[in-house]
Amino acid sequence: MSALTPLLTSRWGQERAWTLDAYRRTGGYQALAKALKMDPADVLNTVKDSGLRGRGGAGFPTGVKWSFLPPPDGGPRYLVVNADESEPGTCKDIPLMMADPHSLIEGAIITSYAIGCHHAFIYLRGEVVHVYRRLLNAVSQARAAGLLGKSVGGSDFDLELTVHAGAGAYICGEETALLDSLEGRRGQPRLKPPFPAVAGLYARPTVVNNVESIASVPWIVGRGADWWKSMGTEKSTGVAIYSLSGHVQRPGQYEAQLGVTMRQLLDLAGGVRAGHQLKFWMPGGSSTPMFTPEQLDVPLDYDSVAAAGSMLGTRALQCFDETVCVVRAVSRWMEFYAHESCGKCTPCREGTFWLRSVLRRIEAGQGRPEDLQILQDIPGSIMGRAFCPLGDGAPSSLVSSLKFFRDEYVQHIELGRCPFDPAASYLFEAVTA
Amino acid sequence: MTYAPTTLEALTADAAAVMARYPSPRSALLPLLHLTQSVDGYVSPDAIAFCAETLGLTAAEVSAVATFYTQFKRQPNGRYTLGVCVTSLCAIMGGDAIFERLSEYLAVGNDQTTADGLFTLEKIECNAACDYAPVMMVNWEFFDNQTPASAVQVVDDLRAGRPVRPSRGPDQVHTFKEVSRVLAGFEDGHADEGPPAGASSLAGLRLAAPGLAAEEAAPAEPAPDGAPAEPAPEGARAADADDDQGDQNDHGDQKDQGDQNDQGDQTASGKDGGEAK
Repeated sequence: MSALTPLLTSRWGQERAWTLDAYRRTGGYQALAKALKMDPADVLNTVKDSGLRGRGGAGFPTGVKWSFLPPPDGGPRYLVVNADESEPGTCKDIPLMMADPHSLIEGAIITSYAIGCHHAFIYLRGEVVHVYRRLLNAVSQARAAGLLGKSVGGSDFDLELTVHAGAGAYICGEETALLDSLEGRRGQPRLKPPFPAVAGLYARPTVVNNVESIASVPWIVGRGADWWKSMGTEKSTGVAIYSLSGHVQRPGQYEAQLGVTMRQLLDLAGGVRAGHQLKFWMPGGSSTPMFTPEQLDVPLDYDSVAAAGSMLGTRALQCFDETVCVVRAVSRWMEFYAHESCGKCTPCREGTFWLRSVLRRIEAGQGRPEDLQILQDIPGSIMGRAFCPLGDGAPSSLVSSLKFFRDEYVQHIELGRCPFDPAASYLFEAVTA
Repeated sequence: MTYAPTTLEALTADAAAVMARYPSPRSALLPLLHLTQSVDGYVSPDAIAFCAETLGLTAAEVSAVATFYTQFKRQPNGRYTLGVCVTSLCAIMGGDAIFERLSEYLAVGNDQTTADGLFTLEKIECNAACDYAPVMMVNWEFFDNQTPASAVQVVDDLRAGRPVRPSRGPDQVHTFKEVSRVLAGFEDGHADEGPPAGASSLAGLRLAAPGLAAEEAAPAEPAPDGAPAEPAPEGARAADADDDQGDQNDHGDQKDQGDQNDQGDQTASGKDGGEAK
């Protein structure tokens, strides 16, 4: 059990965990009290020294991102928390905010203090109304307790915090699309540079960080950078939430030090569905290349996963057993990307449309011999040519599946049908009438 | 605009409260669209005009935004939106069968509303609850670990006017209009209902928790030896209660999912310039 190190998840089981009382009972807002006595630059340096890397997928060092803000010019600067969790397979931020919203709020206050922000935002995806209730309620409680508004915690630091609900659009997880959406526009990515640190929300210096990154900040400030660095690996420090889903005995959230392996996590989760074997798994969401049982011992830290040919992403570990048709899985991810493409750039808009069309017909048994070549070619027109990283990631599952399971595509085309029974993959008993 | 004077007055007061949250009024557009849906049940022509006038935008600018986001409806929505996740993982774990069963049971397709105005059936994309697959959202509340039979039961209960409790959410599902008001940022007093977390959210904690004292969870306390103190709350085992979804028999046919063709959303499903083919 030693692989597990619950910190961010440690309060989730408490009775009424979402309340200010429960949070304070377990030491909540003590890190804020400590931070308010420090110089803001020292708070920033603590997070920088901790080596914390962004938990939203890209893995960019959080403190370094903060340090990119230009020197204060007297105008506003903003913190925007990216709570638009939408990458398929990713399901860690939503339970965090539902159970423990104050940990995010405390992190947001400390971060705002460190970067000189007086109005912070949490951009929550709109399709999780109970999470929004909990966040709104927690902000009200924090304000009533003097932790938000004028003179935060009795200091001379003022902070407003607005929790904003989106309205359904995967692309708003991309930081510049999120900013456009928060400004009341269609959520489409902006050309970078300028980066948000220079011209972000309302064209002002802005830090955009993922929920889990910000919720890690109170732990780091409370206990120190060295303590955080004592966990994880040299370049992937600390703990992180790993989300197991799919054909595993006990799917769920497993918080561990970075560098834990999938084999360890699978053991903790009781293994693959009884009587079945693992066929393939996604290490970091559907935008990362897939792995097979071959990679079960790859340490799940940023660099090791990259070296093994994929990306740690959001640690959204989706597991599929031998009953699953890889063509079907990839085809459904492509449905997702085609649906969610914002339409701004041609490679993503057209590329995902055509990939979806070809995958649909292969899965339906109407594939043509030349389709494999088309599937090989189109990704090259998307990856590295899309306007934003979301487009670049769209063909990842396809490209990797062709590497590991090319025969399955060939089989679909030759047989003129899918050789798998979808009902065999269901998690409930299928009754055929 | 054809809003009654009292409606318009209430909308105007609410809109002012929404705008006050932002440094720039235009940021209020998404919440205002949610707000108008709480009155009209969709983004009506009146709503477009109201938002445009309130924020000093053109109707075209407001429409451009409203049609980008899937939660903004272009025709009157049902009292309850049944959103079945059909992104890869949920679809494969059974979401396809659940959608098909509901579609058959309600006699409506994707993005269609039943004749009685009660239900709008929707295929939704990943809703960040993959450890509870297959997932259904009813008015954006979580219904975890669904089966075709459990989804049909939800429909029957809602139709009969019985209160229906989400897996992780308030004590009962509220209407599309009520929930739209929350999404505009107005609290409805139900935040304290429901569990902090479901069983899967606590899976790792339940393994790691036993024997660890709750007090040690304090982030401000330095760990004695630089090692993580591995704090754990007392209620870590509160996880159990959630597994009540009996795998009742599913009486629906498990058709081979002939899903390829019905994706052509009957309604021009809004959000994407890319669907224009």
